[in-house]
Order: sequence, then C-alpha cells, then structure tokens
Amino acid sequence: MENKNIAERPVKISVKGLRKCFGELEVLKSMDVEVHEGEVVCLIGPSGSGKSTFLRCLNKLEEANGGEIIVDGQKITDKKININKVRENIGMVFQHFNLFSNLNIIDNITLAPVELKIMSKEDARKRAMELLKRVGLEDKADAYPSQLSGGQKQRCAIARSLAMSPDIMLFDEPTSALDPEMVGEVLDVMKGLAKDGMTMVIVTHEMGFAREVADRIIFMDGGYIVEEGTPDEIFNHAKEERTISFLNKVL
Amino acid sequence: MAFFEVLAGSVNTFIAALGETVKLAIVSLIIATVLGIIFGLFTVSKVKILEWISAIYIGIIRGTPLLVQTFIIYYGLAQVLRPLGFQWKLIGGPFTAGAVALSLNAGAYMAEIIRGGIESVDRGQMEAARSLGLSYGKAMQKIVLPQAFFTMLPAIINQFIITLKDTSLISIIGIRELTQNGKILAANSSTKVMIIWVIVALYYLVVCTILSKIAKVVERKVSHGK
Ligand SMILES: Nc1ncnc2c1ncn2[C@@H]1O[C@H](COP(=O)(O)OP(=O)(O)OP(=O)(O)O)[C@@H](O)[C@H]1O
Ligand SMILES: [Mg+2]
Repeated sequence: MENKNIAERPVKISVKGLRKCFGELEVLKSMDVEVHEGEVVCLIGPSGSGKSTFLRCLNKLEEANGGEIIVDGQKITDKKININKVRENIGMVFQHFNLFSNLNIIDNITLAPVELKIMSKEDARKRAMELLKRVGLEDKADAYPSQLSGGQKQRCAIARSLAMSPDIMLFDEPTSALDPEMVGEVLDVMKGLAKDGMTMVIVTHEMGFAREVADRIIFMDGGYIVEEGTPDEIFNHAKEERTISFLNKVL
Repeated sequence: MAFFEVLAGSVNTFIAALGETVKLAIVSLIIATVLGIIFGLFTVSKVKILEWISAIYIGIIRGTPLLVQTFIIYYGLAQVLRPLGFQWKLIGGPFTAGAVALSLNAGAYMAEIIRGGIESVDRGQMEAARSLGLSYGKAMQKIVLPQAFFTMLPAIINQFIITLKDTSLISIIGIRELTQNGKILAANSSTKVMIIWVIVALYYLVVCTILSKIAKVVERKVSHGK
C-alpha cells in the first residue's frame, strides 16, 4: 500500500541507459533507475560491481559516457547544465567522511551556505547549531575534525550536507569505515532523515538497516541491475540466482 | 687584525650591496610565488592545453642553467627587441632583467612545489566541496590550497633560501649586489682576496640563517594553528 503511494509521487531521479567506462573497463553497462520523492533506495552488490560509480554519476562526480540522468527535472548529462546549482540540492555523504580538515565543525557546516550566498553568516551559524543538535553534536561546534571519533565525523558530515537543505541525499557506504559500536549512531540519524521524508539513495552493506529502512532494494552486479524490489521481495523471495548467492554470503 | 679592518672599511658598500641582494630576492620571490600558483594550478587543472603550457615552462627552466636563462633574457631579448626600440635601460636596467630571470626561474620550482602540495591533499576534500555545490575555484581557494599550504611550507621556505643565494649569479650582468661588490673590492686589493670573499660569504650566511630562523618560527606557528 505504501509502495503504491510512492509510485504516484513525482520522480526525483531518473536514469536511463547509463553507461560509464574507466578507460577500457566498462563499469556501468546500462542502468535504468527511477527514484520518487521521499523514497529510500538501498543499493547492494558485490565489491567492484559499480555501486559507488553509479552514485557518483548522480551528482556528476563521475561523468557518464552514455545514457541520460535527470535529477529534479534537470538533465545533468547535458553539457550545458550548471552542475554546481544542481549539486546544491543533492547532498552526498562519503565513506571516509571527507570533513574539511582545515576548518572546525561549525565552519565545515556553514561554508557552503555562506559561500554560495544562500544564508547570511549569522543565519548559517544558527542553522548549523540546530543541525548539530539534531545529530547530537552541539558541544563539538568548535572542535576540529581530527578531534572527533569516526561516528561523530560522519554525523557531522551529514549535518554539513543538510545545511544546504537538499531534496536528495546520496550515501556511499556511510558506516563501513566505522568501528562497530559507532555504526548505530549514524544509522539512527539516517533513519530520522528517512522518516522525515528525505529522498535517499544509499549504498550499504548494512543489510539489517536496508531491510528496515529501504522502500526498495536494488541489487546490482557486473554493471547491471540484476534484481530490484521491496526488502521483503529481495531478502525473502529473491528470484535471481546471483542475488541469492550474494545474499547467502553476506547474511 | 686585517679581517676586522677590511670588514669595517667595506661595511658601507656591503650594506648597499646587501640591500640590492635582498631587494632582488624579495621582488623575484613575490613574482615567483604568483607564477608558481598560476602554473601549479595549470598543472593540476586537467585542461590539456594548460597542462602543456606549464609542462613546457617548467621543463625549459629545469633543463637549463640559471646563468644561461639570465643571458637569454638580458642579452638575447635586448638584441631581438632592439628594432622595436626596446632597451633594458628604459625599464630599470640589469636589475629588472635579473628580477625577470630569477622570477621565471624560481616560479617554475614554486609551481612544482605547489603542484606537490595540491596533490598531497586527499581527493575527497575536493569532492566533498564540489558535492555541496562549490565551484572548482572556490573549493581550491577555501579547502585545497589552505591544506596544501601546510605541507608546502618547508619547501617554499627552502626555495626562498635558494633564490636568495641565486641572486649571486645575477651579479654577472652588472648589478652591484653582494657578490658583485666582492668582485669589485677584490679586484682593487689583490692581497686581501681571501678576507673579502669570506666577508661576502658571511653576509649571505647571516641573511640565510635569519631567514631559516624566521621560517622555523612561522612553521611552528602555523602548524599549531592547524
Ligand atoms: N577512478 C577510477 N578509475 C579507474 N577505475 C575505477 C575508478 N573508480 C572505480 N573504478 C573501477 O570501477 C569498478 C567499480 O568500482 P566501484 O567503486 O563503483 O565499485 P563498488 O561497487 O562501489 O565497490 P565497493 O563495494 O568495493 O565499494 C571497479 O573495478 C573499480 O576498480
Ligand atoms: Mg564503493
């Protein structure tokens, strides 16, 4: 019932026939994906199957070699598109956090909204403090990234993305560089976002999280989508041999 | 003692010459830093034509002696541009020519230092900045270059010292800096040649040592700020 609901919502990301090569290596052969507003999509698949590459194509950190990507009505595969403008609306959270090590936490968060003249310095600081509170880091505003634990860094990185008030968030294995005891705190923040209706595309190895939070699971391998469906369809009733053998290995 | 007599007797000309040396070094280093940033950014730009321009520039400078570069600029350019009414005299004489040569020379080495510094910054820093919507230039300016600066600082200071000493070679085109002053004094008193050149060396030593000491302090300060 809930899924029907999602399918009726506007399409936020539309990918058609996406192809991506690194030199001779064809990493994405032909990907077709649609993500609707407020939908949480988890991408799973073996290492090297192109999950990160696919995600990075969505905000043009990687340039597609073929096919079409439309984000928020903007065709980002178009040469003339102002990608900086589109990226303001797509947050990205990286495996290794990538907090700006020359800036303290509050400046990490306010940099983009202030530099891009979206907010005044004071407003940005106020908003940053709200966001830090939301991710449970209000006492770390003046710390430097090197003084934070992995889990704190990742929560701060999420706050940094949220400061731009994006409609879409991309996560590339946000918890796989974390010590086990810190995974939960980051996943909790992400669950909160999902509940608030954020459109999210998440590459993850956290199958429990995917099962709980995702509206849809995409299993990819060898540059293609092998199978997709609800968590129940994928985790309990997978049809494809490759999906089943992958899940057997990771579950 | 003869040494102190000569030292005291030559102090006026040497202080003037030291002024020339320092002036030449400072002017050249400022221009070299600007050139270094420009060509360093060219090198990492991923724009083929800019990469080539900077590779050619750096290749030529690194592959030829400073002295020859100075002659090409001072004598060569003067000859080629004479039909257009150009003379070095018109724009400051040998000092300007020397500064041009030294700037171009140090600029190439600075470009390499700055390229190394930029490449030492984790690629994820640039990607995170771009993913927020910042332009390449803004991301460079706010995130990558400030981080690169810390790594580059020792090498930059080292280049400052090298360039300061390289001003010595520029004496050949007739700027009365420390080395040229030594040459003139030595030519006029053949019995005190050793003393005079030791004095010249001491002037360089003092300036370079002071520069190193300042550098150490600055380095400590910045790395604390980090
Ligand atoms: N910049 C690059 N240059 C060359 N090859 C690359 C580049 N980035 C990725 N690849 C290659 O593309 C393939 C897919 O990489 P990708 O990082 O997308 O896989 P992944 O599914 O995210 O794997 P993992 O689970 O290990 O993160 C791999 O074979 C990888 O070596
Ligand atoms: Mg990956």
